[in-house]
Amino acid sequence: MKDTDVSQLGPQAAYEAYLAAGWFMIQRAASTGEYVFWPKVTSPTGATDLEWVEAKGTGTVYAITVNRARSGAYNVALVELDEGVRMMSTLPGVETAEIGARVTARIEDTEEGPRVVFDLAGEDAA
Amino acid sequence: MSMDSMRGKSAIVGMATAGVGEAPGFSAMELLGQAAVKAVNEAGLKMQDIDGVFAATSSHAFPTMSVVEYLGLKPRFFDGTNVGGSSFEMHLLQATLALEAGLCDAALICYGSNQRTAGGRLVSMSEPQWHETPYKPRHPITAYGLATSRHMAEFGTTREDLADVALAARGWANLNPEAFARGPLSKDEVLSARMISDPLTKSDCCLVTDGAAACVLVRADRAKDLPGKPVYFMGAGGANYHRSIVAMPDLTTTAAAESGPRAMEMAGVSQKDIDVVMLYDAFTINTILFLEDLGFCPKGEGGRFVRDGRIAPGGELAVNTNGGGLSCVHPGMYGLFLIAEAVAQIRGEAGERQQDNCNIALCHGNGGTLSSQCTAILGSEAAL
Repeated sequence: MKDTDVSQLGPQAAYEAYLAAGWFMIQRAASTGEYVFWPKVTSPTGATDLEWVEAKGTGTVYAITVNRARSGAYNVALVELDEGVRMMSTLPGVETAEIGARVTARIEDTEEGPRVVFDLAGEDAA
Repeated sequence: MSMDSMRGKSAIVGMATAGVGEAPGFSAMELLGQAAVKAVNEAGLKMQDIDGVFAATSSHAFPTMSVVEYLGLKPRFFDGTNVGGSSFEMHLLQATLALEAGLCDAALICYGSNQRTAGGRLVSMSEPQWHETPYKPRHPITAYGLATSRHMAEFGTTREDLADVALAARGWANLNPEAFARGPLSKDEVLSARMISDPLTKSDCCLVTDGAAACVLVRADRAKDLPGKPVYFMGAGGANYHRSIVAMPDLTTTAAAESGPRAMEMAGVSQKDIDVVMLYDAFTINTILFLEDLGFCPKGEGGRFVRDGRIAPGGELAVNTNGGGLSCVHPGMYGLFLIAEAVAQIRGEAGERQQDNCNIALCHGNGGTLSSQCTAILGSEAAL
């Protein structure tokens, strides 16, 4: 397991501690194999033996919108990770993307702290 | 107690709105109070007769407490369930259960908002979701934009289809003197409106208005002795799977696919029996999603279904006959206004927009980000 000590932290704080240390971690239930995101104390089927595993970091754009504020535009996407769970994120390198586009995760540092963002991958990046 | 044992057991005997559109100089509770006073008067009751209170607003942490004090009530039963704009369809079910159980004898369901004149923006007590915050979603339109993007990608729904929803709503609003947004509207105007959250433009968004509404329910046997024409509770049901849009299992199918059948089973009706369909249109995509999920057209066909004025005045299906949240009124939580229009149609008091022989109306409330879905069915005495 990654050398960040999260043993005394709840799932949200543990996720954020991992992120601060440079790791994109998600939960998996040892007994059922279910992946869980966002982090919780139980899986949807009730499994509580949740372990932290490093996300593969690959996924697909499930849905995407572009917020067009007067101060500028940025996209907000739902990305389906290859582990089967979905998260809100953004693709900072592009205005928008096709639904179904393949993406790769990276951790981006912002003024408000680190966050997981995605870039187009493979042929979709062309 | 079986599901259908609630059918026809309660009736709305007073219904009123106040401050629809703009009501400068009045607080949310003052508007709510005006609607409550009118509804109780119309029911032929005294305020002191109200012994059950059901309320939700976007500006009161403890809405039933605030309502009770403001109106000088001493209720035996109260319930402040807040499932966003769908709260009031759920309150219809809970009020009926409480009345039938003898926990109260006269139930007041009420809501009020002055969000337009107070600031001109959506007022919400909705707390940020920590796993969304780093991406700066704009609540609630980001979620609806995401759902729309998915519907377009899966089913080929177009911006023109969304525009047809907005145009139908305006067509109905033009028949409703109470509607806030009236006047001609062309498809070009709708399609060229400012993009806010792709693919949703300003024309795809509901209004930001003031407004209050209230209704009074009693047991059906008592309703016959009161002055107004009773509008009977026939059935209701809720369904809810998520809070944040990230946790919605399928962005193109809402929990209305469960709440609708639940309500229709209790009411003993099917889609073909329904004369007026009131759908919570916070955004144009809502109307399309709910027409599909409630079984008025197959999944994925909603965009094609609304074309060519099918849900506009004179169309095949009377949808959102008041002009909807898009063109009539949307003070933040719209659900009680769906009920107000259903009551007006069933009583035959809907003026120019009145549907012939309107006996059964469906009200579908939506709360959060396509989260809570609550369907209620109301009917005339002839429908029972």
